[in-house]
Amino acid sequence: MAAAWRIERSTAASRAALFAVALAFAALLALPARGDSGDLRLAVEICYSLALAQAWNLLAGYTGLVSVGQQAYVGLGGYAFFALTVLAGMPPLPSLALAGLVAAALALPTAFVVFRLHGAYFAIGTWVVAEVFRLLLAQMRPLGGGTGMSLPVAVVRDLAQSRGARDLITYYLGLGLGLGTVLLVFFWLRSRQGLALTAIRDSETAAASVGIDNRRTKFAVYAIAAGIAGLTGALAFLEKLRISPDAAFSVGDWTANVIFIVVIGGIGSIEGPILGTIVFFALRALLADYGAWYLITLGALAVAVMLLAPQGLWGVVARPLGLQFFPVQRRLRPLNSPQTAPEAASPGRGD
Amino acid sequence: MPPLIRLDEVCKSFGALKVIDRLSLALGEGEALGILGPNGAGKSTMFNLITGDLRPSAGRIHFAGRDITDLPAHRRCRLGVGRSYQIPHPFGGMSVFENLLVAAAFGTGRKEAACYGRCVEVLERTRLMPKANVAAGRLTLLERKRLELARALATGPKALLLDEIAGGLTESECQELIATIREIHADGVSIIWIEHVVHALLAVVGRLVVINFGREIAQGAPDAVMADPAVQEIYLGIEAA
Ligand SMILES: Nc1ncnc2c1ncn2[C@@H]1O[C@H](COP(=O)(O)OP(=O)(O)OP(=O)(O)O)[C@@H](O)[C@H]1O
Ligand SMILES: [Mg+2]
Repeated sequence: MAAAWRIERSTAASRAALFAVALAFAALLALPARGDSGDLRLAVEICYSLALAQAWNLLAGYTGLVSVGQQAYVGLGGYAFFALTVLAGMPPLPSLALAGLVAAALALPTAFVVFRLHGAYFAIGTWVVAEVFRLLLAQMRPLGGGTGMSLPVAVVRDLAQSRGARDLITYYLGLGLGLGTVLLVFFWLRSRQGLALTAIRDSETAAASVGIDNRRTKFAVYAIAAGIAGLTGALAFLEKLRISPDAAFSVGDWTANVIFIVVIGGIGSIEGPILGTIVFFALRALLADYGAWYLITLGALAVAVMLLAPQGLWGVVARPLGLQFFPVQRRLRPLNSPQTAPEAASPGRGD
Repeated sequence: MPPLIRLDEVCKSFGALKVIDRLSLALGEGEALGILGPNGAGKSTMFNLITGDLRPSAGRIHFAGRDITDLPAHRRCRLGVGRSYQIPHPFGGMSVFENLLVAAAFGTGRKEAACYGRCVEVLERTRLMPKANVAAGRLTLLERKRLELARALATGPKALLLDEIAGGLTESECQELIATIREIHADGVSIIWIEHVVHALLAVVGRLVVINFGREIAQGAPDAVMADPAVQEIYLGIEAA
């Protein structure tokens, strides 16, 4: 039968969201004109937390790779950046990009090892790998050994002469990393490869049975996630001006917070980690004065979400409304008789 | 011409439990083969060995003359092995149309846009068009089973392996399913169909293999096989269950 069909890829909500994202982005571009140095630093932290959250969501939410060792690549990226600028004398900006590539490249041989492990063993394996990298770097005398090292003034000056200009550059790099990661994930999920990722998310068994190479897809996700972590490490330690094995490979700073963000925001969607990032930083600001209560509240919230709403807060908000801001779906619509259009589906996981 | 699928003395054990015991079997090009056997006979396990979901403990498996025993599942699918799961495994968060799209794109190795037409055809043939944009996780069990058939079909299989898709259907739905599978067969797709609904099976297949305890106990023309005393014993067992 030669009925005419078309494929619809966006919704009214998603077009409105695109507009909102563009507005927010314009506002963020203008932020340095109003905010002080502290605001900019916070903005950079929010941006790279968002990037790490998107990457971890791809790993755990789509390919089932529940890694608790992403700090391995944050640390490697940070150290690669220090090695390239300080030891090799490369200028900061190319070093930053290269640090991301180094982390991604080191992720491939590591994947060969950790992919032999499954479930909880995989999680533990990734953490052990991160510890191994931390111990190795603590042995490297030229990079400061166990105590770490500071970024020499010459390197810092090479980025920009004034403090204000440096803050500005780091801010725009952070913004680029955060937004770039969201866009990368969005276009990846919209592509043919994104169909495979989503299929693997829903059933690995069935994905293989329809011709998807699960292993190759997992390698790609693992390497990209490492690259994003590497860029984060380079940027974070450029901003901190100092690196040490304990800070660079901290499971708390670079993985635990990120898991929290993804779990409360909602795993398995682009919107979830964005919402999670907002909630996380809002809570941190609200509870800043309460010391230990801050951690207790975070922990309680995470447990509550896992028990009551495993789809995360985004799942709670979006599912009843059928909302999707980042449309990755394909809807089949008849060309001439919209009134006979097949029933609308709601986005998100079905079960 | 070599058979499309050939199992040579294949064995599969789970620990001490021997589920497939030196099973040999061939599916001819263009053939429709029915598999009968009681619960736990090893029928689904045999499918898992052919598709690569499981590796045999011993024996070889060939597809179109090529030894595929060591190929992973996705490579076998691309060679032309399509299968449905007895317990449906839908991509629950994707729409029915997207379930077919991903199967068509990766099963045939084509670009996404080159697959839309095929998916529409499969939706119409399997009568899933009214559900095209529904999330697969929201389908009823019967619809999920139909999606299993549709998704396997979307991969463009040379051999289609169907695992109990007629259970629970009304008589008219069953007739529709029989008509659909006949159409698919008439298009040149070879079929192995595991089914407890014997009359549906007999309406489609040209040959029957009966399996018990992982071994073939009878095979041949459906009438002759159904008349076999050893089969009648088991068959009565199925009816009673
Ligand atoms: N992964 C597995 N691990 C352990 N035992 C298994 C596994 N898969 C199947 N079995 C066992 O192997 C035997 C055969 O199972 P199989 O699913 O192949 O039977 P079947 O012929 O398809 O039965 P049914 O008609 O009920 O679908 C059963 O005893 C089952 O419990
Ligand atoms: Mg079975």
